Amino acid sequence: MSKVWFFMILASITLLIFKGPEIVISQMLSASADGVALCIDLLGIYCVWLGMLEILDKSGLSEKLARLLSPLIKWLFKSDNLEANKYISINMASNILGLGNAATPSGIKAMQKLDDGSGKASFAAIMLLVINSCSIQILPTTVIGLRESAGSQSSTDIILPTIISCLLTCVFAVTLVFLFSKIKRRKK
Amino acid sequence: MSKYILPILFVALFIYTWYKKVNVYKTFIDGAKGAFSLCLDILPYIITILVAVALFRASGLADLLIKLLSPIFNLLGIPNEVCELVLLRPFTGSGSFALLSNIYTTYGVDTYISRCASCILGSSETLFYVTTVYLSKTSIKKLGFAIPIGILASIFGAVISCLVCKFI
Repeated sequence: MSKVWFFMILASITLLIFKGPEIVISQMLSASADGVALCIDLLGIYCVWLGMLEILDKSGLSEKLARLLSPLIKWLFKSDNLEANKYISINMASNILGLGNAATPSGIKAMQKLDDGSGKASFAAIMLLVINSCSIQILPTTVIGLRESAGSQSSTDIILPTIISCLLTCVFAVTLVFLFSKIKRRKK
Repeated sequence: MSKYILPILFVALFIYTWYKKVNVYKTFIDGAKGAFSLCLDILPYIITILVAVALFRASGLADLLIKLLSPIFNLLGIPNEVCELVLLRPFTGSGSFALLSNIYTTYGVDTYISRCASCILGSSETLFYVTTVYLSKTSIKKLGFAIPIGILASIFGAVISCLVCKFI
């Protein structure tokens, strides 16, 4: 991640020295202002979702959900950490329901539980990241909303293609994670 | 139909929690308190990634990459019109939604290009943003093969989307 960021910033600013040195600072500052605005939006959203998450936790339902999904989670993540599995299952459930913003707090909590302090991402952490980056969901609500406001005749006809493409991408990504980790283990 | 799912789940959750003799009001507040520190923690990470994306687009580096990559994307069956979307999607959520509305107005919302773009957006995530935010509270610095796989998966998703939209 730090490499990607470093090269992006370095290459962009170098290019801008020739193309428009005066906009470098204004671009950086307007982006950071956007970031603050986004965080304030997220503050309200996370208040709601973290509140709901706590209720889910205290009622014992999150543990039940984790037990229910545990065969799948054990197979996918190879993790026996019950605390982490709890948050992983909430994370996956909210993703499937199309609640990306509810998935983020539980994803962060799961990552904290999966962190062993070594600075290296474990197999489960990599799997969680990869699964979250292919956005498994049954209803692409934001896209449907956008299509409707753009005057589409049939705004929902993209649901089926989206689900098919999501599922295939997910299978592809999960297979890759298993494959890469096998190659890595063989090298050792 | 789908609009009923969440409210019904919420009511069920509240009743179940009340039945379990847990104070719903207090528990909600306890949870919500965590939002402030969470937002403070992820703020620097969000700003860092947004700054990089802004410079990336303003410098023309994004356009350059699109020009370089579009022949390869075309070979894979991804039309020229959505190449920019495929490239920007891993970096910015709001940016790619703005791009999507743009595609709708330029090409018409019910055309193949627009359906394709909708499908690509619906089946992918902001990889770099998710990575940064998810790891913001951990010690994890070495990601192993997570990023390359994420990028491969998002390209694969775009190829599949373009393919599926041809038939459905």
